[in-house]
Amino acid sequence: MNKPLLKVVGLTTLIRGGSMPMRAVDGISFEIAAGETFALVGESGCGKSMTALSIMRLLPEAGEIAGGAVELAGEDLLVLPESRMRDVRGRRVAMIFQEPGLSLNPVMTVGAQIAEAVTRHTALTGAAVEARVLELLDAVRMPDARRRMTEYPFQMSGGMKQRVMIAIALACDPELLIADEPTTALDVTVQAQVLDLLRELQRSRGMAMLLITHDLGVVAQMAQQVAVMYAGEIIETAAVNAFFAGPAHPYSRKLFESLPDRAGRGKTLAAIRGTVPALTRQFAGCRFAERCDSALAHCADTIPAWGAVRDGQRAKCHLYGSDDRGLRIEERTAESCDEVRSSILTPQSSILRIEDLQVHFPIRKGLLQRIKGQVKAVDGVSLSIAPGRTLGLVGESGCGKTTVGKGLLRLVPPTGGQVLFDGVDLLTLDRSALRDRRRHAQIIFQDPYASLNPRVRIGDALEEGMLALGIGGGEEERALRINALLVEVGLAPDVKGRYPHEFSGGQRQRIAIARALSVEPQLIVCDEPTSALDVSVQAQILNLLKRLQREKGLAYLFISHNMAVVEYMADELAVMYLGRIVERGTVAEVLHDPKHPYTRALLAAVPVADPKAERPVIRVDGDLPSPVNPPQGCHFHPRCGVALPCCGSEYPDDHNFSVSHATRCHLYG
Amino acid sequence: MTPLIFPFRFELLWSDALVWLLVLTAIGFAAYTRNHPHLRAPWARVARSASGMAAATVLAAFVLVGLLDSVHYRAALPPQGGKTAYATEVRSLLDRVLEPLRLTREKTYSAPLATHLYAKETVQGPDGSETRVFPRLRHGGAHLKDPQADWGRDVALKAFRGLAFGLLFWFVAVLGVCAVLARSPDSSIESTWREAWAGRTAVPWRAVFCAFGLMCVLIGPVVALAPYYHVLGTDKVGQDVLYQALKSIRTGLVIGTLATLVMLPFALVLGLMAGYFKGWIDDVIQYVYTTLSSIPGVLLIAAAVLMMQVYIENHAELFPTTEIRADIRLLALCVILGVTSWTGLCRLLRGEALKLREMEYIQAAHAFGVSHWRIMMRHITPNVMHIVMIALVMDFSGLVLAEAVLSYVGVGVDPSMISFGTMINSARLEMAREPMVWWSLAAAFMFMLTLVLAANLFADAVRDAFDPRLIVGGGRP
Repeated sequence: MNKPLLKVVGLTTLIRGGSMPMRAVDGISFEIAAGETFALVGESGCGKSMTALSIMRLLPEAGEIAGGAVELAGEDLLVLPESRMRDVRGRRVAMIFQEPGLSLNPVMTVGAQIAEAVTRHTALTGAAVEARVLELLDAVRMPDARRRMTEYPFQMSGGMKQRVMIAIALACDPELLIADEPTTALDVTVQAQVLDLLRELQRSRGMAMLLITHDLGVVAQMAQQVAVMYAGEIIETAAVNAFFAGPAHPYSRKLFESLPDRAGRGKTLAAIRGTVPALTRQFAGCRFAERCDSALAHCADTIPAWGAVRDGQRAKCHLYGSDDRGLRIEERTAESCDEVRSSILTPQSSILRIEDLQVHFPIRKGLLQRIKGQVKAVDGVSLSIAPGRTLGLVGESGCGKTTVGKGLLRLVPPTGGQVLFDGVDLLTLDRSALRDRRRHAQIIFQDPYASLNPRVRIGDALEEGMLALGIGGGEEERALRINALLVEVGLAPDVKGRYPHEFSGGQRQRIAIARALSVEPQLIVCDEPTSALDVSVQAQILNLLKRLQREKGLAYLFISHNMAVVEYMADELAVMYLGRIVERGTVAEVLHDPKHPYTRALLAAVPVADPKAERPVIRVDGDLPSPVNPPQGCHFHPRCGVALPCCGSEYPDDHNFSVSHATRCHLYG
Repeated sequence: MTPLIFPFRFELLWSDALVWLLVLTAIGFAAYTRNHPHLRAPWARVARSASGMAAATVLAAFVLVGLLDSVHYRAALPPQGGKTAYATEVRSLLDRVLEPLRLTREKTYSAPLATHLYAKETVQGPDGSETRVFPRLRHGGAHLKDPQADWGRDVALKAFRGLAFGLLFWFVAVLGVCAVLARSPDSSIESTWREAWAGRTAVPWRAVFCAFGLMCVLIGPVVALAPYYHVLGTDKVGQDVLYQALKSIRTGLVIGTLATLVMLPFALVLGLMAGYFKGWIDDVIQYVYTTLSSIPGVLLIAAAVLMMQVYIENHAELFPTTEIRADIRLLALCVILGVTSWTGLCRLLRGEALKLREMEYIQAAHAFGVSHWRIMMRHITPNVMHIVMIALVMDFSGLVLAEAVLSYVGVGVDPSMISFGTMINSARLEMAREPMVWWSLAAAFMFMLTLVLAANLFADAVRDAFDPRLIVGGGRP
């Protein structure tokens, strides 16, 4: 390998505040060769972003680089004066961030923002700048670049904003691009577009890239070298193929095992017990020791050294120490639990049937607030869920899947249709009659931080539903039930008196589950319950949901954009696009034999954690159209690669492939 | 059996009742806060702010004066014919404490610490000749035989003695605080003292001690001089300006607190309702506050105060004493100030409620069928209390200043009630006089500045403590 472009040696970054400084980055070293993509993987809070910010010297006020060196082509960036550093930033090292919406100035046109970067670092002026901006926008494949130049960020979708960010980053042909979770905020189809673009740009420009991500699928697609970070340290480095062939460190292994997929259905996901240790404390041994299943006696008190695993793969673990070389952890297989449910669908026994549900939001304009249009968030959705089973509802953001969940619970007022719960239409009930039925269906939300009132104690939060619905008996009985609920979701009963801020995201989600369970519902709407959580915590929550379903015969409406999670959880699947269901069927039918072009594109766009995976390349262009003004005919036809002439004029009818599998597409008409 | 005769009878004015109700509420709130960690945490942060605690020390002194002035009574008159009659004048505890100041009236203006009047008078000599001289004051410096020779020495001596007593008092008080702090067995008064002065305690006692020390240094000499001189001079009718300034404190505090208290229910209920229910309720409330805030406040206040004045005059039998009359007018002013000033907070709370109503825990409560009222009480109100708290403390100083402006314009408090506004109003003529009388205005200015500055500094500390964005490492990661 040639001389490294970026060499980080023993970088240590402290965050001050509180009594002890937090060692966000603790002595990490790595090298990136020119033209190489180096992926830094890890869960939230492990110090990935701090590493990137330290390299750029863009740390927040409280942050401080306490030691180490960052050499860019032999020049130590940490000793440069700030004025010289400004020349490095943007010209030699550029960075793109996770949230494109927050990285662009809302009151400047995107052309002006790109031009700013160009004029700062090059001698170009006047028309030459404009030409360069156009060239950059073309390079990031911005459609209609000349017009887009004069537009403001709010006129663009998330994917386009991220393209603009990339254009700004490329303005001066940097040698190194730092991409901090560049696609995390984007939908899968858009993510696929952006990742393609990044890969292509990198190849054509010979640029090195430091890719920071938590998604092993993205790593498999993009990187050549991988480093796994845990609690401020790099614990494993390897070439990408070696890493995916056999992760060495127990933590890396666990990360893989906790990924949900179809193969793991019916099995309990491997979850990492406990939580990431606080980085304020001093570590005497391996940081992962207390959560590690294969910990040795001396793991807790001896800091492990780097051990070579095989060609170039190294792990910071005692299992690969010099003295007991050759010792390998045996393959751990997740314990399997009995598949108790039959997979035969019995449509008669559905506990919830949604018929042609519509939720429209009026658009009001003018002085008198006249209704000038409708956002058809949900436009005629029909579903049914059997007791004890899980219906997965997938789709990209903005397709209306969350509104379905809220609409059926009447948390948003539905416009039309029927929601039959035990044969009673929930949509026609008055407030008090509805309240009597509230206990049968509950909801769990996405954001564990927003789903618990910060001013209400856990015990009171769990009691609220019982009080409001008048169940659970007297005060003592309720207290006993709260204890039982907490134990059921894996928390100690004495957390009752505490406030939500004392809990981690995963624990809060457990509490939210306990709250939903407190009124003994038959159906729980799970609205992206794990998308805000790390993989290892996600595994815990998914395991919990599965166990509760088994024990209590709960039915779930599982709303998610994450195919792997749905694949793991759901029995049936419905794919939503722009307020309508385009395909439904059992999980096997939909995922293995997708019929609708949108379903196929969606599946093809999901990054798979296997660098050798060969998958059909179906790329959809553009973004989700606005539900205010959906395209005529089939909503998907403007983005569809196989659209027929009739697609643009009429909406396709249902076409059945089996009792359960149906799609709405003219291809099968 | 002779009936028990009290030498006084308590008189609970309306504003007193409200002030004490407020004090009780504050005590209750403090007790409630003690048991709720999430409420206690921001106040603990206030307690860790040096400027906030120093300001609180100064504010505490003002509040003490205000509370002393809020216990009113009517003294018993000498019994006549076996019947006990009470004086028609309503006095407060503060009046009792400041008796020497209140009763030592001069004829007219006299400069601070003066021994002679500020205006010449024609005096008839023993030989019948008339001369125009500055006559000796009746009380100020009356104990001096030869003011020309003794004045300087006497003032310096008394001031020095006062200073010494002030410092002694300060030292004893600081020692007392240290003794209280050193209750735990493993610390002594001495070690606590050293810790406090080194700034190593959680609560910045050093700042508190310094502020308190400064106050002692200023108050000591004043207390020592006050019985012999008019420390801040006298006004047109010969009343002690120091007495007036001290009496003004209550007026300012009452306006500042009661007007906020009037405003609070409007702002809280209407703001939360507008944000929570949206739709036509929101429209109605928005129209009301938009309309209200487009009417000039002074106009509204002037109209209301004048109407109140007419009412009082037409129903004189309801208001037997001048103090009661002035008190009712003060209350009316508080109400009208409150009614005109709720719109700002209401708008803030509406925005916050609009945001909170979409929070997932509110949705979860809806999914349980929890009633609107309960959701507003339990889920929304506690989450906007930090805004309310900040607004209350910030508005306080604004209202104290508003009173001064309104009284200056002539629509403020009753002319018989002493307030910063009336002091400044009378200073209008004094400043135009030749030679100029400056001390009335200067005294009002100094007292008001200190009060409002302390309130603002304290408000800053409160705002910082309650602002989640300034809390490092708390709440959401």
